[in-house]
Amino acid sequence: MTKLKQQSLHKRQSELAQSNKQLEWLSNGIFQNGALPTFAQKIKETSQFPLRPKKLEILQINVGYMCNQVCEHCHVDAGPDRKEIMTMETMKQCLEVIKNTEAHTLDLTGGAPEMNPNFRWFVEEASKAGIQDFIVRSNLTIIRANKKYHDLPEFFKKHNVHVVSSMPHWTRGKTDKQRGDGVFDASIKALQELNAVGYGLEESELRLDLVYNPSGAFLPADQASMEKDFKKALKEDFGIQFHNLFAITNLPISRFLDYLIASENYEDYMYALVEAYNPAAVANVMCTNTISVSWDGYLYDCDFNQMLDLKVASKVKHISEYNEDLLNERNIIISQHCYGCTAGAGSSCQGSVA
Amino acid sequence: MSYYDPKDLRKFGDITEWSEELGTKFFDYYGKVFEEGALSAREKSLIALAVAHTEQCPYCIDAYTKDGLQRGITKEEMMEAVHVGAAIRSGASLVHGVMMMNKVNKLDG
Repeated sequence: MTKLKQQSLHKRQSELAQSNKQLEWLSNGIFQNGALPTFAQKIKETSQFPLRPKKLEILQINVGYMCNQVCEHCHVDAGPDRKEIMTMETMKQCLEVIKNTEAHTLDLTGGAPEMNPNFRWFVEEASKAGIQDFIVRSNLTIIRANKKYHDLPEFFKKHNVHVVSSMPHWTRGKTDKQRGDGVFDASIKALQELNAVGYGLEESELRLDLVYNPSGAFLPADQASMEKDFKKALKEDFGIQFHNLFAITNLPISRFLDYLIASENYEDYMYALVEAYNPAAVANVMCTNTISVSWDGYLYDCDFNQMLDLKVASKVKHISEYNEDLLNERNIIISQHCYGCTAGAGSSCQGSVA
Repeated sequence: MSYYDPKDLRKFGDITEWSEELGTKFFDYYGKVFEEGALSAREKSLIALAVAHTEQCPYCIDAYTKDGLQRGITKEEMMEAVHVGAAIRSGASLVHGVMMMNKVNKLDG
């Protein structure tokens, strides 16, 4: 059994549950008094402003914010209390787009996407479109949360889904600290079950990748060396195999922003992000090749902008009026949270970018 | 008011402004030392953490605690490294006890 770490900001009725309050934090203080340059000022130094999209490669769809976990640093502020769930009608609109998009990757996320009551129907229908890489971001514990989810590994296999799962550390203490008591054991069990049906094995085409994001107010180390450490520890301790590790930087929004402020780490963290700014990462940030769709069908430059309610700067704002050519004419909306994607080797939902 | 201000660590690079050649040489050397070599960057981070404690340098302790966390080093590993430093430091004091014993033996043996 896993135990909830805390309550969502929404449930707590925290001021930071409001996106405009988060944006105020990101625009005031050290960015207002000039101690640190804004992200726009920074990318102007290398003539990368305004940030513009390249060819669309990834269509990322958030099918709902409901989750069986309440992780400390969740940028979605997901949890069992979140009722924002994509309807079948919006899913049908997404399917029309999936059939016609030039994107080679479809990326389903949440919350726990599996908790959407129409998740399996959506996966079955979407997989018919024959998209090259079909990702489901699974938090692992959902597979063990209830009997009705126990067959998910088989279901994923049947539809050749690429499973991408969060795993903050190879030790119980660090994992449970971030994600709740019991999460480590449930995650290990779920990984073993995925391995048992063929996921993550060296020669297997059933892709299983892990996502690492730091458990506190610090940046991730080099992705390749973290992957080496994860592989060694999970193999030796639990016989678990996986393909790649994506090291993702925590962006200063939502619950992680709340944590930074409450622990008095906000300024130091923003300094660390700005000091680690890498102009080479800007060229490949995920918002340049991704469109993010929210549970209610609105379009965003990325999942983070979705959580800040920064809809695309385009005439096309909703999946029902989707038009890739028109969307490609837009400028990408930025704020200081974007420093999270350009620090060091860069960060995206697919890991490092530089 | 303390002599040490954690924010000063951010200014470490400014050392170069008052002596560009020496500062640049130092930071080049420093960067090279911590690259992956016969020792892994992870092992070097733990050595640096242990030395930071024997040197009792608050900036270094800040820097290499954070560096260790970034590398996924656990608090148990970090504390063991600190004990290695502490053991060497206390051992260095204690081994001088042999000098004391030698002197006692010579004067009063």
